[in-house]
Amino acid sequence: MRKPSWFNVVSLTLGFAFLYIPIVILVIFSFNESKLVSVWGGFSTKWYGELMQNEAFLDAAWVTLKVGVISSTIATVLGTMAAFVLVRAGRFRGRTLFSGMIYAPLVMPEVITGLSLLLLFIAVGMDRGVTTIVLAHATFSMCYVSVVVSSRMATFDESLEEAALDLGCTPWDAFKSVTLPIIAPAVASGWLLAFTLSLDDLVIASFTAGPSATTLPIKIYSSVRLGVSPEINALSTLIIGLVTIGVLVASVTSKRAIQKQKRDELLAEH
Amino acid sequence: MNTDAPFAPWEDESATPLIAFSNVTKQYGTFTAIDEVDLKIYPKEFFALLGPSGCGKTTLMRMLGGFETVTEGRITIDGVDMDGIPPNKRAVNMMFQSYALFPHLTVAQNLAFGLKRSDMPKSEIDGRVEEMLRLVQLKKFASRKPHQMSGGQRQRVALARALAKAPKLLLLDEPLGALDKKLRQETQFELMDIQEKTGTTFVIVTHDQEEAMTVASRIAVMDHGKLKQIDTPDRIYEAPNSVYVADFIGDVNIIEGQVTKAEGDAAELSWGEGKPAIRGMAGAGLRAATSGAFVVRPEKVAIFSEEPMDRHNRLNGTVEDIAYLGNMSTYYVRLENGALIKSQVANNRRIARRAITWGDRVWLSWTDTAGIVLAS
Repeated sequence: MRKPSWFNVVSLTLGFAFLYIPIVILVIFSFNESKLVSVWGGFSTKWYGELMQNEAFLDAAWVTLKVGVISSTIATVLGTMAAFVLVRAGRFRGRTLFSGMIYAPLVMPEVITGLSLLLLFIAVGMDRGVTTIVLAHATFSMCYVSVVVSSRMATFDESLEEAALDLGCTPWDAFKSVTLPIIAPAVASGWLLAFTLSLDDLVIASFTAGPSATTLPIKIYSSVRLGVSPEINALSTLIIGLVTIGVLVASVTSKRAIQKQKRDELLAEH
Repeated sequence: MNTDAPFAPWEDESATPLIAFSNVTKQYGTFTAIDEVDLKIYPKEFFALLGPSGCGKTTLMRMLGGFETVTEGRITIDGVDMDGIPPNKRAVNMMFQSYALFPHLTVAQNLAFGLKRSDMPKSEIDGRVEEMLRLVQLKKFASRKPHQMSGGQRQRVALARALAKAPKLLLLDEPLGALDKKLRQETQFELMDIQEKTGTTFVIVTHDQEEAMTVASRIAVMDHGKLKQIDTPDRIYEAPNSVYVADFIGDVNIIEGQVTKAEGDAAELSWGEGKPAIRGMAGAGLRAATSGAFVVRPEKVAIFSEEPMDRHNRLNGTVEDIAYLGNMSTYYVRLENGALIKSQVANNRRIARRAITWGDRVWLSWTDTAGIVLAS
């Protein structure tokens, strides 16, 4: 290996420092004994303890999780259906318009999506709460699922489905036992994407949430406005930990999958 | 089966066909993919649909599988009108060109896929899967996934899966297209063997005429959605009914001219000023005093350095090129009227003793029954 030059070492260090120093500071201060966020008062895990006692945060976390799971599931079903039609139906009148409308929410400013949903819910007289956040999240994350699934569908060999029909499947059985298992990775990543977007969302949720239900991002944002408490640091550290574990698991799994594929290819040659 | 009589149900008026197309037309918008096709295929036949790409052969086969609808006309399988019957309700299975093996299932699960959806009792499925694995010699591979196998093995899995439900009719869409030449030849014989063992009717789509000639009991040559000729391989080769068929199957010499005589089997074609007319067999529906074409296969054209006075058909020309193919040589002889005629001669002797070489004046000759005069 070549010895890295001074320039490379410095730029790498600066780059990573820029990205991660804020996060490192946040993690360090979550273990701060002192209540003041800017003064180090010794090591302690008491804020984690307090966080577990804080009903409001736990409620918000629970709502966020519930909204994430339900809305991404709805978005996955609808998005997969839309992807199917877009890829399979061939050319029909208004296809371009239809696909454009599916993808429009990708570029629509969130404030506008949020505002229009709010107006809709008021117009139909729906009380704002978990249901409205779920609907709003399903609406905007559906198009992401559709993009992911339709790119997989485009390379799907249709003769696989025909073979299933040929061997006695009804169209639904063919979809369930052949198409779905094959496109499952794309559907799963669509779901994960929708779930992540839902967890992350502040703008749309704040338009559609009501007094009965608040999501974690809203809760964090509103409590920070009253001053940063060490509890928030503790909460953020937990979230960072979860994300890190997720990323590690994903990369190890995909590395294993690549190794397995290499072995299989070797096997096929015999 | 009576082994004395050759297998030829198509010559038997009383035989009931398994498949009957009557007046079938398929249109995509204004494009006619299949044009008024009438065709009967009999049980236990190995029937080949042969033609260049885009001739409609695949569409015709997909209609049998239920993947394409018929615009006009009627298809019956075993006497039952197939109109509106979906693929999963037909006693027909198909082997796809891409093999279409389910990548998420093992070989054994692939084979069991159709059986699980049939009325076969659960207890018999494993036995049947084993039997199919034995048929295609893949017993060791039962628990492998398709991507863990070679192209030839996948091809055999696809065949076994299509045969597992013991269909009345098996459709094969370019089944050997993805294999290399040597493997393809071996597999052709394997296919014939399996067809005979199982007694299933096979309909194969191919653009490879050698493949069709090798495996099929009868061949239908297609062009632009029409059936040009339906016949046994030897008849297609020896007695093509049109210049198109003659030209599509194998190598051929074509000499155009005027039909001067067409009486019974015998015909004559005048092809040049002051040249004696060429004698040949009369093609179907040939009439005198029309324009026609004489077709003869290169291997039936003999080449001489002296004029063969004892033969009627003899043409004079100059050797322009010689293609040495090892087992045989092809002489390209330019006639006085500019036409190029190929003569194929088996190399029974060593090449050094070859009497004829480039630029030689030679005589080409063939017997009165070697070629055919066809209406053009």
